[in-house]
Amino acid sequence: MHKFDLSLDHITKVEGNASLHISVEDDKVKNVKFIIGENKRFFTEAMKGKTISAIPQHLSRICGTCSNAHLLCAIEACENALKIQPSKQTEILRSLTMHGLIIRDHALHLYLFCIPDIFNVDAFLDLDENDPIQHQILHDGFDIKSAGNYLATLIAGRSVHAIYPVVGGYLHFPDQAGVDEAIEKLNFIRPAVLRLIEIFKNCSFHFDRKTHYMALVPDKTFGYMNGSIITSQGEKYGEDQFRSHLEHVVLPYSQASAYTYDKEGYMVGSLARLNLAKDKLHKKTKKSLDKILDLFPSTDIFYNNLAQAIEILHSIDESIDLLKENTFKQEPIKKVEIKESVGIGVIEAPRGTLYHKVVIGADGKIKEGEVIVPTGQNQINIERDVGILVERLLPDTSKDKIAFEIEKLIRAYDPCMSCASHFLKVKWNKKTNKKIKN
Amino acid sequence: MKNQEKIKIGWFSFSCCEDNTIVMTEVMNDHWQEWKKIFDFRHVRVLKSKNIMDEFDIAFIEGAIASPEHETQVTEIRKISKKLVAVGACAVVGLPAGQRNDFTEDQRASIEFLVERFGVLPKVKKVSEVVRVDVEIPGCPMDPKNFLDKVNALVAELQSK
Repeated sequence: MHKFDLSLDHITKVEGNASLHISVEDDKVKNVKFIIGENKRFFTEAMKGKTISAIPQHLSRICGTCSNAHLLCAIEACENALKIQPSKQTEILRSLTMHGLIIRDHALHLYLFCIPDIFNVDAFLDLDENDPIQHQILHDGFDIKSAGNYLATLIAGRSVHAIYPVVGGYLHFPDQAGVDEAIEKLNFIRPAVLRLIEIFKNCSFHFDRKTHYMALVPDKTFGYMNGSIITSQGEKYGEDQFRSHLEHVVLPYSQASAYTYDKEGYMVGSLARLNLAKDKLHKKTKKSLDKILDLFPSTDIFYNNLAQAIEILHSIDESIDLLKENTFKQEPIKKVEIKESVGIGVIEAPRGTLYHKVVIGADGKIKEGEVIVPTGQNQINIERDVGILVERLLPDTSKDKIAFEIEKLIRAYDPCMSCASHFLKVKWNKKTNKKIKN
Repeated sequence: MKNQEKIKIGWFSFSCCEDNTIVMTEVMNDHWQEWKKIFDFRHVRVLKSKNIMDEFDIAFIEGAIASPEHETQVTEIRKISKKLVAVGACAVVGLPAGQRNDFTEDQRASIEFLVERFGVLPKVKKVSEVVRVDVEIPGCPMDPKNFLDKVNALVAELQSK
């Protein structure tokens, strides 16, 4: 019978700094701790006293790779507080900003983090350029990332910490030459994305178990900005019900907050979105995918990678339509009328549902704020799944192989530790290290 | 350094949002074939699992120094690096990662238990407060062109020796 402790001090090829400790006795997992070790930077505390105009750029700095999602979520929270209705053009530009982010961010995760595991190499750049298949994948990966980066830069000014989106509108508008080039680049990468989807459809990695999931589901077209929060149990919540449906759980060893729903772990992210809204994907995307969509709904976490690849295709098809069907004109920023108010923003960031809350004082300054990030919501599920995975691998698997399989599983969740580490609000019970509910 | 020897690269992230890591991977979109030929990505956790911590021609440091462990790590990196480059605002000026340095008394009181709990430094530091920095690339995030210019200048300098 096995008894050992396994520690992964630095989980690699993920966004940010995380570690994992697991204790095994008699071939049973006694304890799993997924530890988000990013040092806290106290973004929610630092919101206090800032003006509304500073808040989106401030909260964007929570995370580099998710920065444009935080930016748009903070803008939505401020606009909802002040009852600002964005123009139709602003809504289109925000959708395009999110599509650029989805293409760039998912491609980074799938190519640089996940594909090395499939091809049994340490790094994406280790793929063999002399092998025709691997040569194609190398070029596809950087071409797709580059197109997403171009779209985000054209629409939002930068793909990281974008500078054009503000409360009430956009500061700059894309010109026709840029729009034409974006359409050309997106059309160019579409076949590459179809090849990417084939890779993850045929991938032999699987890990299935019963779990719940939830996502912000739009009423009409598949997207990331609006809708209702729908759960796998069939419940529906409005965006304004900020975290009333979630239970906050403190993990004393981690610099992040975790959440449960109905006292159980759940998952958010691409897989949850596809499970709940695959019928709303762009018609061209659905036509290209054909029977692949029959794989959803699924609770196989490795299909989160496939779902991300499908979302890239949808974002390309949707973006091409939006760029072709609209002419972008100069437009003034909507006026802000300051009042004491509370606003909530909810959007689907690449890794799942993101919530921002702002409490604005009569002087227009922030009195307090709160943020719930996707990785915090996935944290309980990640720990539970690692425990199940290790018990399935015991007793005949080496510790090195177990460590590799754990990293693969965690990568499938695409966690973001930069995001996760900043929102621990609850005071610790210093007498106990047990989980404390709040 | 002989021209055919690859330049050993380390990329390390401390307290920050890792925006510069993302910018670096985006710059890579147009330069990966050239970089693959001239760089040995020796310790870059965002790119690989088997990282080697022995010596670096160029070590890039992203993020501010927020804990005693960070101080020890960046000091060790400095000892084994020919050139140390601070990338991004958190590394170069210590902000926004170090925003707690400027908190009001009330704000300090509300975070005190967490500062104590995780044993972080009383004051967050920029990299140059801890080790000697050869090149600084500011920005939040760093500007891609400025990054590329500085990298190319360092490559030219290292290859000329």
